Amino acid sequence: MTNKTAHRRNRKQLTHHLMMMPGMFFLLLFSYIPMVGIVMAFQDFIPAKGIMGSELVGLKHFRYMFQLPDIFKIIRNTLVISIGKILLGTFMAIAFSILLNEIRKKFLKKTVQTIVYLPHFLSWVVLASVVVNMFNLDGSVNQIVTQLGFDKINFLGNSKIFPGLIIGTDVWKEFGYSSVIYLAAITAIDPGLHEAASIDGASWWKRIWNVTLPGMMPIILLMAAMSLTSILSAGFDQIYNLYTPIVYDTGDVLDTYVYRIGLIGRQYSFGSAVGLLRSIVGMVLLVSANKLTKKLTDQKIF
Amino acid sequence: MIENRSFSSRARVSIIYCIVILLGLVCLLPLWNIVAISFSSSAAVTANKVGLAPVDFTTVAYKKIIEDSQFWRSFMISVVRVILAVILNTVLVVLMAYPLTKSTREFRGRNLYMNLLIFAMLFNGGMIPSFILVKELGLLNSIWALVLPGALPIFNVILVMNFFLGIPKSLEEAAIIDGANPLQVLIKILVPCAKPCIATIVLFSIVGSWNDFFSGLIYIQKPRNYPIMTYIQSLNVDIQELLKSGMSSSSLGNLSELSNKNLNAAKIVVAVIPLLLIYPILQKYLITGIVMGSVKE
Repeated sequence: MTNKTAHRRNRKQLTHHLMMMPGMFFLLLFSYIPMVGIVMAFQDFIPAKGIMGSELVGLKHFRYMFQLPDIFKIIRNTLVISIGKILLGTFMAIAFSILLNEIRKKFLKKTVQTIVYLPHFLSWVVLASVVVNMFNLDGSVNQIVTQLGFDKINFLGNSKIFPGLIIGTDVWKEFGYSSVIYLAAITAIDPGLHEAASIDGASWWKRIWNVTLPGMMPIILLMAAMSLTSILSAGFDQIYNLYTPIVYDTGDVLDTYVYRIGLIGRQYSFGSAVGLLRSIVGMVLLVSANKLTKKLTDQKIF
Repeated sequence: MIENRSFSSRARVSIIYCIVILLGLVCLLPLWNIVAISFSSSAAVTANKVGLAPVDFTTVAYKKIIEDSQFWRSFMISVVRVILAVILNTVLVVLMAYPLTKSTREFRGRNLYMNLLIFAMLFNGGMIPSFILVKELGLLNSIWALVLPGALPIFNVILVMNFFLGIPKSLEEAAIIDGANPLQVLIKILVPCAKPCIATIVLFSIVGSWNDFFSGLIYIQKPRNYPIMTYIQSLNVDIQELLKSGMSSSSLGNLSELSNKNLNAAKIVVAVIPLLLIYPILQKYLITGIVMGSVKE
């Protein structure tokens, strides 16, 4: 009898392992083998010789990287763009959710929601065409600018304006979708609190400030902690589809740099070295974000 | 006093309505402009006359697309790729999520598997080692290069696992007493219960695969084999280079690239249609997706 249950348990264990196998195959192949491939950051990798045949050169590429003035510029650009996106994006999403919550006309609310969530689901390839169409020298925005009596602005070709354009258009794409979670948080606030505040004579602003925002705070903190994870990815798809050499000075970020230098320029080892640096810092950020989230909200990201 | 308050509150409400409608328009009009361009004549587009209504209404751009074999080839590559990705993602994710709901006593090695998954979320080899791997596997230029590297979305495994954990244990136990093996429990009991969760990951996998241009950019070197978004991206490049280099369209004269603007706009519209078709369903599962995303272990 005991023998039989033990046998059955073993068979169950085996089935569980078998169910893991297909996924583990892909995990090992496409996640873990590239991790081993990072060795090439410490080699002068030559594709024909492969990883086994290429010569080890230690930290050569890392030393070279930090001698380049480029790398600091690129880290700065990455941080400016991603932090700008996080701050402005969070602000817009929160503000929009508060305003949308005031709309009582159901049809209008639904229509606006349908429209503002849409850009989130469109590829940057498509939206880049939309952005270029709006912001090029003959685009609608410049038509408005000239009507107001100013000179045309080269939004896409001016390195002072370009980061702002990237931040602004990303907020435009995402604020609607990001507002969904804040809207859910607002609707979860006990309406009794608002009534009590009204009876005490609190104005609308006071109620937003003292009831709505504190009620949203756990979600705001959670999202803020989670946004740490995206701080090194300033948005490859978006920037790649909008930038040109004229704006590399302020628009080139880690991912676009690795792509251009490493993959297009075929400096595989140097590109891997920059990529490795990015992965390590990214991991530190993700672990800290997880710790922070747990501390703030008792939830974990992973 | 009371009158004053109701006046200010009415003013506030009108201002809020105006801002919200304005934001809606800011999202809609730039997209609408592309639709208007796609239905306008090249001459009108080149002269920048097209606003929100088509000028010299024509469907010539769409007629050209119908005959454009490369467009449809790329379109179909994306369709096939989405189907493959959805099947592969869903099967792998669901199969893995179930054993991971077991305790280490019931499933020895569970924690090892879990740690391998989590570490792969934290750390990755980066763009270049992945490219070299796909190249060494001989997958360059094949549709499998678009599907296989992303076959296992780790985050979804954890989402589905969490959803399974929320299903009452008694359902599963009853099935086991009836003699069901783990695979039967998964397919007959858990998957039907987790329908909204699985629908969400399927939808997001459709959107992700359809919109992805990056895999096509690095893994596909023959333009003939581009998926749709990489194809659209390759069209954008020429015209953007011209416009961004600071020249205005008038100084460029009647370059053929510019007169293609309405054709490109039409291609964009057609490439987005599949997403618009599933958009109503997407909206329905939007909240499920977000609630799942915020309820963790």
